[in-house]
Amino acid sequence: MKKRPTVGEILQAKGVSRRGFLKYCATTASILALPPSMIPRIAAAIENTRRPSVIWLSFQECTGCTESLTRSASPTVEGLIFDAISLDYHHTLQAAAGDQAEAARHAAMEENEGGYLVLVDGSIPLGNPGFSTIAGISNVEMLKETVAGAAAVVAIGSCAAFGGIPGADPNPTGAVSVTDLVTDKPVINVPGCPPIPMVMTAVLTHFLTFGTIPDLDRHGRPMTFFGKTIHDRCYRRPFYEQGKFAETFDDEGAKAGWCLYKLGCKGPITYNACATTKWNSGTSFPIEAGHPCLGCSEPRFWDKGGFYEPLSTGQFDSGAKLAGAAAAGVALGAIAATAGRRRQAKIAKEG
Amino acid sequence: MTTQQDAQAPAFPFHGNVRPILNEVLHAVDRLLDTNEATVIDLAGLPFGPGELEHLEATLGTGELSARLDALGTSRIRETAYPGVWWLEHRNAHDEIVGRYLEITRTPEILSSQDADILAGRARLEDQFE
Repeated sequence: MKKRPTVGEILQAKGVSRRGFLKYCATTASILALPPSMIPRIAAAIENTRRPSVIWLSFQECTGCTESLTRSASPTVEGLIFDAISLDYHHTLQAAAGDQAEAARHAAMEENEGGYLVLVDGSIPLGNPGFSTIAGISNVEMLKETVAGAAAVVAIGSCAAFGGIPGADPNPTGAVSVTDLVTDKPVINVPGCPPIPMVMTAVLTHFLTFGTIPDLDRHGRPMTFFGKTIHDRCYRRPFYEQGKFAETFDDEGAKAGWCLYKLGCKGPITYNACATTKWNSGTSFPIEAGHPCLGCSEPRFWDKGGFYEPLSTGQFDSGAKLAGAAAAGVALGAIAATAGRRRQAKIAKEG
Repeated sequence: MTTQQDAQAPAFPFHGNVRPILNEVLHAVDRLLDTNEATVIDLAGLPFGPGELEHLEATLGTGELSARLDALGTSRIRETAYPGVWWLEHRNAHDEIVGRYLEITRTPEILSSQDADILAGRARLEDQFE
């Protein structure tokens, strides 16, 4: 395998002081959502880890995940590309095209056999391999060929992780996810439509820093960023607890920033880091902007009922299920409403 | 039951996420005094409603000492109006914020000169004599 410099060596060559290196490690700990007590371990790891080769494959996708990645401020994508990784193949970002580009992919695979990372965005069509091809090669063939010598695969975005919008009903292309096809390599799912920029770069940073994949949940998502629901970390949670809900998008409750549960918020069942990591370098996230969470990091979110239907109406992908649940819901809803009113009265009395 | 009539323009900020942090700082100050143990609170992992982070910063205020670090972008380190409670803000080379911390300590580690840098500086100083 081609020997690459460590990140520590790269920073040293750039004249970065030890103090600057400590700052780099501190912000890395923050990116990885690790406690500051991990900084010494991160420093030791970064000093010794070599820049991995990264091959990015784009299949049935809208390029939103790449757009999101290129907005990452920490680390910046330029910082990642030039300092931390060797991005050897990426349709949107690379200058090469045609045979030259494919040659670059093969060279990276041969030189880094067993040690490179494959990042995939977009779903893979199985209905007809001709639905999505690159340089005349079907997505499924390119995926199989490229992951053969990979150390790990990262499925970027909900399309690669779960099938996404191409996989939504009626799934005309027979779209499947990466994990439907790759079963003999570690796969990290980083879902979201798109994923938060910093979450994408943090996963790469984790692999770069520790040479391992992070702890994953039952859907293969890093626990660090997908271990808690939006609801768990939402700043509007106090309003939910107090029973203060916006009823329409322009009512006084909406203007006062009340909970968006009744407007369809999927925060309670959506695992992602939006509520704390936020978007646009920590500026805001959909709920803060006044729009309910769509649940875009959950499997098959496109087919789980209306975005503006509250969770209490259930999440259904068939009319029969909806009808059956409606009957049960009437009974359960009455019980829940009574309990809810009692609780609200208790809070009002105690508050 | 709370109704729309109860909604009104909020006293700003009003989400209640600042008070628990101040309480955590208070406990960290006690730990510093009792055992000399430092605490670092990463503000990136905490939920803030609109204006709450600014409210936290304004509440902690500014003390006697401020420092600027120019390494991989600018960082600002200042003691707040509460001695031992430091506000650290790291920016990258594009002036984008990449980290915000509260450190409850006598002196943040990053303010100390590092051995590797001292050794490198000594070598450069020695070159002055050649």
